[in-house]
Amino acid sequence: MALLEAENVRQCFGGLVALNGVSFEVRRGQIMAIIGPNGAGKTTLFNIVCGLINPTDGVVRMDGKVITGLKPFQIAALGVSRTFQNVSLFPHMTVLENVLVGRHLHGRAGLIGCALRLPTQRREEKAMVEQASRFLEEVGLAEKAQHSAGGLSLGQRRLVELARALGTEPRLLLLDEPASGLNTKETDNLAKTLRRIRDRGITLLMVEHDMSLVMDIADEILVLDFGVKIAEGPPAQVRSDPKVIAVYLGEKENVASG
Amino acid sequence: MVQALQYFFSGITVGSVYAIVAIGFNIIYSATGVLNFAQGEFVMLGGMVAITLASFLPVPVAVAVAVAIVTLFGCGLELVFFRRLRSHSILHMIIITIGLSIVIQELALHVWDEKVRSLPYFTGNEASSVKLLGAALSPQVIWVLGTAAIVVALLQLFYKRTLYGRAMRACSSNPEAAMLVGINTGNMRTAAFGLSAGLGALAGCVISPISMTHYEMGPGLAIKGFAAAVLGGLGNPMAAVVGGLMVGLIEAFSVSVIPSAFKDVAAFAILLAMLFLRPHGLFGRPSGVSVREV
Repeated sequence: MALLEAENVRQCFGGLVALNGVSFEVRRGQIMAIIGPNGAGKTTLFNIVCGLINPTDGVVRMDGKVITGLKPFQIAALGVSRTFQNVSLFPHMTVLENVLVGRHLHGRAGLIGCALRLPTQRREEKAMVEQASRFLEEVGLAEKAQHSAGGLSLGQRRLVELARALGTEPRLLLLDEPASGLNTKETDNLAKTLRRIRDRGITLLMVEHDMSLVMDIADEILVLDFGVKIAEGPPAQVRSDPKVIAVYLGEKENVASG
Repeated sequence: MVQALQYFFSGITVGSVYAIVAIGFNIIYSATGVLNFAQGEFVMLGGMVAITLASFLPVPVAVAVAVAIVTLFGCGLELVFFRRLRSHSILHMIIITIGLSIVIQELALHVWDEKVRSLPYFTGNEASSVKLLGAALSPQVIWVLGTAAIVVALLQLFYKRTLYGRAMRACSSNPEAAMLVGINTGNMRTAAFGLSAGLGALAGCVISPISMTHYEMGPGLAIKGFAAAVLGGLGNPMAAVVGGLMVGLIEAFSVSVIPSAFKDVAAFAILLAMLFLRPHGLFGRPSGVSVREV
């Protein structure tokens, strides 16, 4: 069984049809990329998967369980985490605190325990700081732990967001344009990090415009155009699909050189 | 000199109460964006419930139970009046809080009538006094100041060092991102109302022996607390402490220059001046959400 299944997902915003009956599956342990021109419905699809919007029609299943209609925090508890195209941090909190908030689901202390700072709560707090630091190390930001998250560069903020998402210990990680605004070196590092994450057993679903990154790391590609799926398959197959070339990439050279 | 010291202590005493009310404003404002004008009612209810319970329970138990009851009452308000209203505008919610303030006062009038009541002094009685730096103070003043200081310190720890405290800050900073890491933002809002109500009730208990408890005391406190919160900058609980103390001190010292019947004018003048000149508060950043946007 696939980890994530979307069945006939349809989303209308007033008269605009953003997604028109899209179905796909994300298999466990894979990196799947969603590509398509602006307005193809990629981000809308993400918002539906993580529960920020309810689709007009259709069903999304995580691990066989229907998640459409659940609240975002319930979906998060089922192991879905995401990052945003525009990086969505808690800017007035430190880098470490951002990741600690990401560990929320794994905290056991109750509200009363927190209010009274019981000894169990203090021990847990210490353990959580250690765990959060490990996630920061994983993305290479350990030395920025005490910096204010709002004051970092875009590339670093993306990494904080990634560490926070990893902190939730997701089974499925949604990445919305993780490479946008990154320079070549940062993108190379990102590719390495994403592969490492996948090899740890986390399934990745990402929207990305950087074709070389997509072709480099994706195991599977889904192509959307005006809310409709026009192709799906491994990079080599998608790259040579005439429909993709015609509708999305325009010229064959772009795909080859991209 | 002793006179000035006396003013100073009376200023920081009322100021600490304003500070706790202002912190209450901030807790709810940060979590929901709502200015809760029923904040003063929490203080009144805390005092009233404790007074009623103190007739058959020892005072410390009565205070603890009153705080617990008002905390639950605050949670209940959020669940009943706001939980299902999230799609509505902030303005609607603020008007609801004003309505609640009136309803709670009327209910309090029916339950406790219009008599001015008070809890017994926690230590000593109205005649006893302690000397501090040459000024004569009621021991209750020490209770008020101590309680305020402990509340502020614990709140700081709660926000910085605990799972729920951080989650509450996360909700106020970026509710969408908070939801996506698995935080139930609705429950955090309920908890914020409860926390705010509980703190208000605690303040209502410690000031009851010196400033008395009356069913109508809420709105006045709410306005002063609001002035303090605005002075410090909305959304920053610790700035509210400074704001509260400043409003209290200005009020106390104003008595030396203007007739004491006009001392409320001082707080309102600060409120208006801040709203006109520096709506983001003394310590706030203009880029943050300012009162103008509400």
